Amino acid sequence: MSVHPDVATLENKLASDNTKSATAVIDCDIHNAPPSDKALHKYMSKQWQEHQQMVGNRGHTGGIYTRAVPHAARHDSWPPTGEVPGSNLEFLQKQLLDEWQLEYGILNPLYPVGGQLNLEYGAALAQAMNDWQQAEWLEPEPRLRASIVVPYEDGELAAAEIHRAARQHPGFVQVIVVVRTKEPLGRRKYWKMYEAAAEHNLPIGIHFGGAGGGPITGGGWPSHYIEDHGGMPQAFQAQVTSLVCEGVFEHFPTLRVVLIEGGFAWLPPLAWRLDQSWRKLKAEVPALKRAPSEYIHDHIWLTTQPMEEPPQRQYFNQLLQQLDADDRLMFATDYPHWDFDAPDRAFPVQLDRELKHKIMAGNARKLYNLPPRI
Amino acid sequence: MPPTEKVFEAEKPTMTSHAVIDCDIHNELPSLKTLFPYLPDHWRDYISESAFVGPDANDYPKGAPTTARPGSQPPSGPPGSDLGLLREQVLDVWNVDFGILTNAYWVQSIHLEDLAADMATAINHWQVESWLDPESRLRASLVVPSQNPQLAAEEIERFGGHPGFVQVIMPIRSLIPYGKRFYDPIFAAAVKHGLAIGLHYGGAPGHAPTPAGWPSTYLEEYAGMAQVFQSQVMSLIFEGAFDRFPDLRVALIEGGFTWMPSLMWRMDKEWKGLRHNTPWVKQLPSEYVRNHIRMTVQPINAPPQQEYVVQIIEQLESDEMLLFSTDYPHWHFDANEEAWPIQLPDALTAKIMAENARAFYRLPVGVTRAGAVQS
Repeated sequence: MSVHPDVATLENKLASDNTKSATAVIDCDIHNAPPSDKALHKYMSKQWQEHQQMVGNRGHTGGIYTRAVPHAARHDSWPPTGEVPGSNLEFLQKQLLDEWQLEYGILNPLYPVGGQLNLEYGAALAQAMNDWQQAEWLEPEPRLRASIVVPYEDGELAAAEIHRAARQHPGFVQVIVVVRTKEPLGRRKYWKMYEAAAEHNLPIGIHFGGAGGGPITGGGWPSHYIEDHGGMPQAFQAQVTSLVCEGVFEHFPTLRVVLIEGGFAWLPPLAWRLDQSWRKLKAEVPALKRAPSEYIHDHIWLTTQPMEEPPQRQYFNQLLQQLDADDRLMFATDYPHWDFDAPDRAFPVQLDRELKHKIMAGNARKLYNLPPRI
Repeated sequence: MPPTEKVFEAEKPTMTSHAVIDCDIHNELPSLKTLFPYLPDHWRDYISESAFVGPDANDYPKGAPTTARPGSQPPSGPPGSDLGLLREQVLDVWNVDFGILTNAYWVQSIHLEDLAADMATAINHWQVESWLDPESRLRASLVVPSQNPQLAAEEIERFGGHPGFVQVIMPIRSLIPYGKRFYDPIFAAAVKHGLAIGLHYGGAPGHAPTPAGWPSTYLEEYAGMAQVFQSQVMSLIFEGAFDRFPDLRVALIEGGFTWMPSLMWRMDKEWKGLRHNTPWVKQLPSEYVRNHIRMTVQPINAPPQQEYVVQIIEQLESDEMLLFSTDYPHWHFDANEEAWPIQLPDALTAKIMAENARAFYRLPVGVTRAGAVQS
């Protein structure tokens, strides 16, 4: 983690990048948060305001692993106003967008919406969150794009919110869900959500975190945050497995999925294992017309943070070769969280120029359909 | 095209001049009644009178192509239940020094703990009489009721002195993660008797097999088992199991191995950022892996590019971690593949085929090996 980006170094770097365009940077994982529950009230009906005041947010309890630091945030990311990290646009502009000269930033709010046990309340929260994002983030800041928050445990409610938000503002470029859902994301209860996303040509972003009611491992509840934080790649593997094996990509051939903050070194071995298993067991999944690795290659994008850090540099190059995702790997900082990756020092190896441009901005520009600004 | 007997014949390891220690051979119970001579009267009555049919695990659906290779089913019972056939199809065909039996009868999913404990004892008696006594090339894994570690430790005390048992076997899908101190009585007893811990594919603890609930298909559960292995490795290391038991040895059986480098990188990175949460973890997590953990090679989960598997083996940064296995009578590989189709330097192949297992399970130089003529 690097919390003190050296702007001078970056500028030197950009200047020495002897091309008409220095390396542009698009950050695919920025977390904006309402400063308080109450800040959403003006976007909610009186009924839901009262509901929130009476019982508040209620998700699956009993699964909390206390974060390393409050709000899992960088110490320096608390706005001077004392509000929670990621809640103050002006401070975020200064500390992230300006400091790193970001071309674009993709907002992925993690306010607990989709995990609400009361689905209708979740839908009201989603609506409030998206209206709040539009009014307080997208409209005042043209460098930002946002992910549509949805009550994902109900496919129809999620689809309705996607239609509403996507029609309301072009700044929404993605639908966001968390990786710890109640059921594997390939199951049919989620398909209406995919149908709506595909209709608006929006990728589905699956982000680190969440609570679906069960333990994070197939062997029960672990003890430590390090196991919860380090165990998320297993949850991502389960979701890729489900999306592929349930035939989601056969059914929605234009659907694209972005795995956010899940790492990426586990993907090649997973694809190999799925292929081998599928060759033996394919009679069980007649909907699949191709090997699992082919669906992965055509439909799955990945963000880079937390960067993989193998002990030898050549292993990272081997990984990039095995991954075969030069067009689908996208840079992210995870601002304002403690495990922030800085644009100038995130990669453990020197990437070749073309690949660097793709990962730092080009792939995201293409996926999210962003007009070049740099 | 349906697989044939001929295909099976062709599945010998490429390096037949090497000794072989097969670390994953399933000895299946011919039937529940097989255990009756070893069970107390009241359990025999209970089983006969009730609808009890054994543990509620469905790790190997009967008709799935992965469950049994062709020709492995004897007339007398399920595939893997006949010693004669095992000799014919594995022990005699290859240059097998030793075969490690991995009985996957998961008493852990029997909620009635006393029945689970007595069934474990019965299975272990049966293993001694029906497999270890008649076949000197075999070694076996102790079945224990690990949902009750105290009873499991008693079982280890009962059989731990028998030289035929080399490890304690438990399903990778546990009620709670194996690193938790709940399981310490099992590890203490295993270490005391010089036994390894074998964590094996499967199990039915009652909760979902994935961090996101129950998948729809067997394919997903089968492929997804690798993630449970990853979680258990993390638990053992971050809970300090290897710090509490420096002599603890763990074999990961039938879970694949190509995912291990990525897990080691992730754990090492986590440890750098969060080790103040787990101060008892003194070394890099990957060091614990290399010092304490071994992995059987089937299923290989190899990509078409053999160079990638060679890269993965290089990334393990240890030539001691892989243990050859056929997983007989299960069948993960393709009809025209072999159990270990990867071409490696001769010395490394020798380690994978036998020497790593010999060191890990503390086995002598094999009798058949000593007498074998090399051509």
